[in-house]
Amino acid sequence: MRLIAAAAAILVMVGVADARTWRIRPGPEAEQALQTALIEARPGDTVRLGRGRFELSSGLSLNVDRVTIRGEGQERSILSFDNQRRGAEGLLVTSDRVVLRDFAVENARGDAIKVRDCDYITFQGVRAEWTRGPNPDNGAYGLYPVNCTNVLIRDSIARGASDAGIYVGQSRNIIVRDNLAEFNVAGIEIENSYNADVFGNTATNNTGGILVFDLPGLPQQGGHSVRVFDNEIVGNNTPNFAPPGNIVASVPAGTGVLIMANRDVHVFDNEIGEHGTANVLVTSYRAEFQDPNYNPLARNIMIRDNRFGRVGFAPAGDLAAIGQIGLPAMPDVIWDGATLYSSGGTPRSESVRIVVRDNRSERAPNGVFLSLGLNVAGSPFTEAAPSMDFPPLLDLAEPDEVEIDD
Amino acid sequence: MIRTFIAAFATLLCAASATAQAPAPVNDAAIMAARPPAVLSAYRLFRDAGARDANARVTPYDLNTALYSDGALKFRYVYVPAGAQAQYSHEGVFEFPVGTVLVKTFAFAEDMRRPTENVRFIETRLLIRRADGWVALPYVWNAEQTEARLSVIGADVAVTFTNEEGQAIALDWAVPNVNQCSGCHARNGELSPIGPSARNLNRDFAYASGEDNQIGHWNRMGVLSPLPASASPRVPNAYDTSARLADRARAYLDVNCAHCHNPAGPAHTSGLDLSWSQDDPSRWGVLKRPVAAGRASAGFEFAIEPGHPERSILVHRMASDDPGVMMPELGRTLIDERGVALMREWIAGMDGEGRTD
Repeated sequence: MRLIAAAAAILVMVGVADARTWRIRPGPEAEQALQTALIEARPGDTVRLGRGRFELSSGLSLNVDRVTIRGEGQERSILSFDNQRRGAEGLLVTSDRVVLRDFAVENARGDAIKVRDCDYITFQGVRAEWTRGPNPDNGAYGLYPVNCTNVLIRDSIARGASDAGIYVGQSRNIIVRDNLAEFNVAGIEIENSYNADVFGNTATNNTGGILVFDLPGLPQQGGHSVRVFDNEIVGNNTPNFAPPGNIVASVPAGTGVLIMANRDVHVFDNEIGEHGTANVLVTSYRAEFQDPNYNPLARNIMIRDNRFGRVGFAPAGDLAAIGQIGLPAMPDVIWDGATLYSSGGTPRSESVRIVVRDNRSERAPNGVFLSLGLNVAGSPFTEAAPSMDFPPLLDLAEPDEVEIDD
Repeated sequence: MIRTFIAAFATLLCAASATAQAPAPVNDAAIMAARPPAVLSAYRLFRDAGARDANARVTPYDLNTALYSDGALKFRYVYVPAGAQAQYSHEGVFEFPVGTVLVKTFAFAEDMRRPTENVRFIETRLLIRRADGWVALPYVWNAEQTEARLSVIGADVAVTFTNEEGQAIALDWAVPNVNQCSGCHARNGELSPIGPSARNLNRDFAYASGEDNQIGHWNRMGVLSPLPASASPRVPNAYDTSARLADRARAYLDVNCAHCHNPAGPAHTSGLDLSWSQDDPSRWGVLKRPVAAGRASAGFEFAIEPGHPERSILVHRMASDDPGVMMPELGRTLIDERGVALMREWIAGMDGEGRTD
């Protein structure tokens, strides 16, 4: 009976050719009505969320291609999971060519919006937030596409994630633009992914602003071809509140950009400053790994034409000791120096090119660079042989612009 | 009492019918209908309204190790249409022909210490093999236990029972919606059965005609293709203490976790493969660091830390009922204490490489 009532409440359909519009308003029937619409929608349909708070007790899911979920605005149409009892995320999408726009997901028990195994996913004007602010009991990821191709995340907001606010994992062909990520452990994280453009974003008040990571033991690895440009990455000094054991728990508070493993990462034309530890950190993956196909080195990394602001006033985490080694100036860019690694007991080396040029800072013409001289990936910090000499200027081919056709 | 009455009534109806000599067979048209029937009885999988008496060609089966579902009783049947056969394979779930129905009824006895008495059906899930793939259809039983109705968007059902330890349990049983069904039943994005693999079916069953090995029985009935000469693989019952501990633990993980945690399953992006056939301990979690666990890691470094179940994320997530932490993500509201104890014992006895004995 309840099911029939719910169905009746939402079968307000506006036919445009075959496409239908499902209109859902907040209220006691809304949860059933919304999940019913997400199940019974046909490709091409739009599910419109009315203005107000939708109180949800279970995670929602969508598995129909070419569906748009659209609210009245990221402050006006709110999917609230304050009382969530079931489901590992707020909204799970597993179909292709889905558009999510103009609504918010608040206080999911796990991840806010997870999109898995999809081709073409758009987040536009979406907000994912844990409203109590930084807290280790918040969910891990805000906007979370994983194993997707053609990912567009724009004009969206992520706050409070205990891992990454915007997290793109194991994906291909990615644009992350004009978003705001704040009060997360990682503001924006591109992990084990190929071909990403990250630009026009503001990352502030996170533990680390923008992260480009590659981890071993995953179905897709060998992350490469990431451009981080025209972003405002300022004041990411929130103490790390990630649950220990997660890789981001090792991010030192006060980090602007962190590149770990990966190849062909270009960071340019950004505003990066007010960071207690470093404006840009470039490092190998330092933990042990068994994966024979994994390369833990960061290589072919370009850091150019950025404007560096104040840095190094409160080094944290593994780099806390940097403040005590008597450097003439605190570095903007810190590289661990790794060019060698061991894979299954076999030593491997590789030409690792790190280029730092044409950056601007008030303290030094090209910013300040520090290599820790830890030649072997993962060697202890006690073996550091710091050097402030800039690495050689080389040409590194910039990855192609990412394009996502409509 | 009610059930007896209904059975008697059904018998009367049959007797009154001119074509009553043989009960009507399973309704293949209902199985193949584009729009699935609203009520379970339309399929005629059972001869009685209460779905206790299976129709011809509807064969009951059991599994060596079953998925934990809050301790529910499960009654499973397979129906393969006349003239068709499932294809046997040693590895993975059999390839079933179009028109196949896998039936699973979830039920609780009023007192689970007497599991055959006062049994109340909660829902009956059908997995139907259509030409373009499997569909999952949950049918929810009415209070009178006379009919089950389709509920594609799921339902909450209040359930009370006394558990095997004599404790009174009250829970909200969540009938999954069709999307949640594919949360577990997916391989490469396509809906797929989980249970009926050779290794999990390879056991005896007490048929009306006598005890028989299930795989052999299916084959002799003609619903399963010719068997290879080599013996079928077999997983133990996870709680059969005469079996090797590692095998019991791996059997448990295979059935309770590997439907998602396999290279083609919904959790493939975690890199964790809990399939029975996975030989590499690092792939099934030994010293494997979390990827996207978030707070569910509870601050521990590894999915399985040999010798340290108390620091193993896998155990922590099994022992949680917080939706943002628990594993499996769906399908239970209670903690499988026996399963958790099995994992603890197994991990406690591991050497540094994750091997036991």
